[in-house]
Amino acid sequence: FAGLADVSISEDIPVEGEITVPVGSHSPEEDFSTLDEPVRDTIMRDLKAVGKKFVHVMYPKKSSALLRDWDLWGPLVLCVSLALMLQGGSADSKDDGGPQFAEVFVIIWFGAVVITLNSKLLGGTISFFQSLCVLGYCVLPLTVAMLVCRLVLLAGSGTISFIIRLIVVVAMFGWSTLASTAFLADSQPPNRKALVVYPIFLFYFVISWMILAFTPQ
Amino acid sequence: GTAATGGGRSGTATDWGGFEDNMQGGGSAVIDMENMDDTSGSSFEDMGEMHQRMKEEEEEEEAEGEAGAAEEEDGEFLGMKGLRGQLGRQVADQMWQVGKRQASRAFSLYANIDILRPYFDVEPVQVRARLLESMIPVKMINFPQKIAGELYGPLMLVFTLVAILLHGMKTSETIIREGTLMGTAIGTCFGYWLGVSSFIYFLAYLCNAQITMVQMLSLLGYGLFGHCITLFVTYNIHFHSLFYIFWLGVGGLSTLRMVAVLVSRTVGHTQRLILCGTLAALHMLFLLYLHFAYHKVVEGILDTLEGPNVPPFQRVARDIPVVSNVVLNTTAKAIALTL
Repeated sequence: FAGLADVSISEDIPVEGEITVPVGSHSPEEDFSTLDEPVRDTIMRDLKAVGKKFVHVMYPKKSSALLRDWDLWGPLVLCVSLALMLQGGSADSKDDGGPQFAEVFVIIWFGAVVITLNSKLLGGTISFFQSLCVLGYCVLPLTVAMLVCRLVLLAGSGTISFIIRLIVVVAMFGWSTLASTAFLADSQPPNRKALVVYPIFLFYFVISWMILAFTPQ
Repeated sequence: GTAATGGGRSGTATDWGGFEDNMQGGGSAVIDMENMDDTSGSSFEDMGEMHQRMKEEEEEEEAEGEAGAAEEEDGEFLGMKGLRGQLGRQVADQMWQVGKRQASRAFSLYANIDILRPYFDVEPVQVRARLLESMIPVKMINFPQKIAGELYGPLMLVFTLVAILLHGMKTSETIIREGTLMGTAIGTCFGYWLGVSSFIYFLAYLCNAQITMVQMLSLLGYGLFGHCITLFVTYNIHFHSLFYIFWLGVGGLSTLRMVAVLVSRTVGHTQRLILCGTLAALHMLFLLYLHFAYHKVVEGILDTLEGPNVPPFQRVARDIPVVSNVVLNTTAKAIALTL
């Protein structure tokens, strides 16, 4: 009762007020409710946020926008599209033309979780979901590479197409790794950057390998 | 008073326990005002009920809707302007504290991660040094050799092995019927690392060797460095004799190192023999298994499976086109011939 000891009422002020039951969860910082706006506004706002992050990945400057408001929509979209494109369509052939959807999905998410845990254990200052967000968004160059590879494979699958694909995939792999290290390595103590960069390198290497080794049946 | 505060937690009935005791103990109809809080303007009953309600809110710690409703109820009940005053703020504060406590309890899994933190406390130079050391057998086996209990290097090596294995499986024609390529690779590598470490640790316990589980994991993990090198080379250059050279040379060196370290920590000839024999056998056989099970180089059936791009009787990988492999093979052949 100690906290209530100094509450007092002056007797000549009538007690009045409004009693409203809040309809949804209010966060005290917001002075407007996002629950009443039209659905289109909500979707457009989220899409714009995702699009802005895509732009940040393609031009990796040292901005903290990717880190501050993390979201996992972008990684989900990228992961699903990559996994769909890597479908071998090999239901009727004897050998597997490409990895299954679930395999790609699991590799990406399991790999991202492992890298995040590793960077946290090495003394990183970044949070779990922020790291997942960055790693997921940096799969974008590789998704673009996959698209290009599929288009090139439509044209033919000879040596020249292989060389083109190799160059494209290697370039995009480098871009992915550089983009994610630009965001993640800063959160590490300076002498341990290499320890964090290596698993990221391995992770994108495995994904690039899956893209390069893909042949449609 | 304090009696009512103490009884406030358990229920409304005991809220009044102190009060009743007060009355019954006294035996008179006069209420001892000294035992009451000096709350001008509110009745004692209101205070008690409000206090009880606050305790209930704390225990529930549900969504803010409850808190909002409870706040409203409080305001309604008290008929005070307490909502925007100190009372409201304090209730909100308590809600926040309780919520935070719950969240940090839910995040207790971070405590589990922190258990692993000291094993990841390494510098890149240390990792590099240990990688190189893992190929150099120690000479002094009468003195227990130091093993660093570190898990970063071994974990990274296991993942590297998984990546190399994937490469090998893709470029050969490994057809995994049940399960996926990735699942098999991860399962094999992690299964070996964890399983054989546990088994050797168990044997070490039986043979009275001085080694802890983390040290065993670390030792075996670094021993996989030799495997990584061997497989990386021989998955790309397909020569059986080259593989055997690497198997004996590189595999043998890393096995010798592990064996020497274990020997230095065990007393007794029989125990040393058992422990080191088992480890050596398992380690070398694993390398053999990885090469042959996941990288079948098939000849003869290639021409039925490959398309028209590939000329027959060529030891090529399925997905990587002819050019790069032919170049590699002919170069290796040329080198072998000139030696």
